[in-house]
Amino acid sequence: MTSFVFRRLLGVIPTLLVIVTLSFFLMRLAPGGPFDTQRRLPPEIQRNIAAAYDLNKPLYQQYFIYLDRLVHFDLGPSYRTKDFTVSELIAEGLPVSARLGLGAMAIALVFGISLGTLAALRQNSAADYSVMSFAMLGITIPSFVTAPVLMLVFGVWGVKFLGHDISLPVGGWNNGAVANLVLPIAVLALPETAIVARLVRGSMVEVLRSNYIRTARAKGLPEHLIVLRHALPPALLPLVSYLGPAFATLLTGSLVVERIFAIPGVGRYFIEGAINRDYTLVLGVVIFYATFIILLNLVADLLYAALDPRVRYR
Amino acid sequence: MTGGASADTALDRAFDVPGRSLWADARRRLVGNKAAVIGMAVLACVTLTAILAPLLSPYPYDATDYGLISCAPDWWPGSGAMCRAGGEHWFGTDAVGRDLFVRVLYGARVSLAVGLVASLVSLILGVGYGALAGFVGPRLDELMMRFVDVLYSLPYIFLVIVLMVIFNRNFYLMFVAIGAVEWLTMARIVRGETLSIRQKEFIEAARAAGVGPFSTILRHIVPNVVSPVVVYVTLTVPNVILAESFLSFLGLGIQEPLTSWGVLISQGADQMESAPWLLMFPTLFMAATLFSFNFIGDGLRDALDPKDR
Repeated sequence: MTSFVFRRLLGVIPTLLVIVTLSFFLMRLAPGGPFDTQRRLPPEIQRNIAAAYDLNKPLYQQYFIYLDRLVHFDLGPSYRTKDFTVSELIAEGLPVSARLGLGAMAIALVFGISLGTLAALRQNSAADYSVMSFAMLGITIPSFVTAPVLMLVFGVWGVKFLGHDISLPVGGWNNGAVANLVLPIAVLALPETAIVARLVRGSMVEVLRSNYIRTARAKGLPEHLIVLRHALPPALLPLVSYLGPAFATLLTGSLVVERIFAIPGVGRYFIEGAINRDYTLVLGVVIFYATFIILLNLVADLLYAALDPRVRYR
Repeated sequence: MTGGASADTALDRAFDVPGRSLWADARRRLVGNKAAVIGMAVLACVTLTAILAPLLSPYPYDATDYGLISCAPDWWPGSGAMCRAGGEHWFGTDAVGRDLFVRVLYGARVSLAVGLVASLVSLILGVGYGALAGFVGPRLDELMMRFVDVLYSLPYIFLVIVLMVIFNRNFYLMFVAIGAVEWLTMARIVRGETLSIRQKEFIEAARAAGVGPFSTILRHIVPNVVSPVVVYVTLTVPNVILAESFLSFLGLGIQEPLTSWGVLISQGADQMESAPWLLMFPTLFMAATLFSFNFIGDGLRDALDPKDR
């Protein structure tokens, strides 16, 4: 087991190297540079700027300079946001994005697992069909539709609930006030909930058909014990391997959600960076998230082995 | 002699009972699946109107009419709307007075084209790469699949955004960019299938008969991976349409005056309160299409899954 973890951790390095190389050269293929402005700068100033950022050196040298910085955990200065390093920008946006992402993930797990289990227990009933239609809606309706609709209903019109008028802010961060978090998290959680519900329903249906569940029934165990203790743990196994892709879905969602709700997270920096040719910022964000996904996949593999005694790593 | 002849015809008659091939079986199951059939009907309607858009349109798709800005269709209930579009503007008009019905149809052309072409790109890349990796033997296979693993850990939407920025929102390259990211899963599926197929006797027979590796892949392996591939392609198309709409929303998709469902929806969302039809119609069309693809995909999977037989 230890040697498996060790080997997998070593395997992360070449994977990251390929990703860094690929993104580095891809980014440089782009026409236009980070310091192109409407106003033409005098050539000597252009030269000075280029020299300051090593942009006058041949591309392969820039690549090695970048790699050298990277192994010292330095993602370099941002080209466009003056006086900020990429690490500082990411550190600024990350707590915001992480809060949204974790909140959405938690909600998606709670609702997704309960809805999926419910649908599987009442297979082919009205409850099953409504859960599955909801899931299909959650997957097919893009977040840039749900976001404005929720904003209109809960923010602009306001909703009466138990005699209280509820009106939620439709944008801004406000230092992470709970009211500002509700709508963005709901929008992010919707597709994720739908996917989790579908996954859990599928595996739950299969587990409920297996022999040991029949044995448990034959022993006369009460239904809730059968479901909670015998059926649920193995039915949740596929969720573990969904960890990596789930994170990727959250990222895509957060690009849109952060834009719509004007939330200062990492996603917003990325899009601004890509449009402004801020090479180091874009590279930094891609590398940061790629590392995260790789590590998540590793954790998922280990968790899988820990949870399923049939899986052995050598 | 005569007896022998009659026995022959009896035998012939017995063989005349049409056999049920895998595909005939699958077709029967698919036709029995209500959701899939409705999906196919809806999809056929949307596709047909998209193809015939130039014939069906009472107005050019880019003709502006500043007298009719964000006007509701005549049949729109309620009196909240600022003005009525009247005439043949069945879905009302948009913020610069263009006919929404025509724009939704033209948006369908773009969205469907992106969905189909990008899926085709991912199909060709994925099947080719996967079949090759599965067929060439363990060492090269390991290397090729490691490469797929690496690309898997790239945050995919980021890659597409970078590609779009690089190619300066080139419309045709958007197909390629999205397709180039969607082929990974296809490659994995095909490789897995190929690994099991290449152990079969008919591959050995082909090799004994002197068939070269490339014709073996094309003639003997690819036809046998068709069923999982068909299912996956049907589920890729809606993903690609969604991806395109995300890009359009972020301002990296197709450019005016051409349009896609994603562009229409994001424009409609801006005016949701004053002109809800601008959000409603494109969303309805897109959701119906994505629903149909998903239902057809699920139906195909059930129809082709040998486990259920």
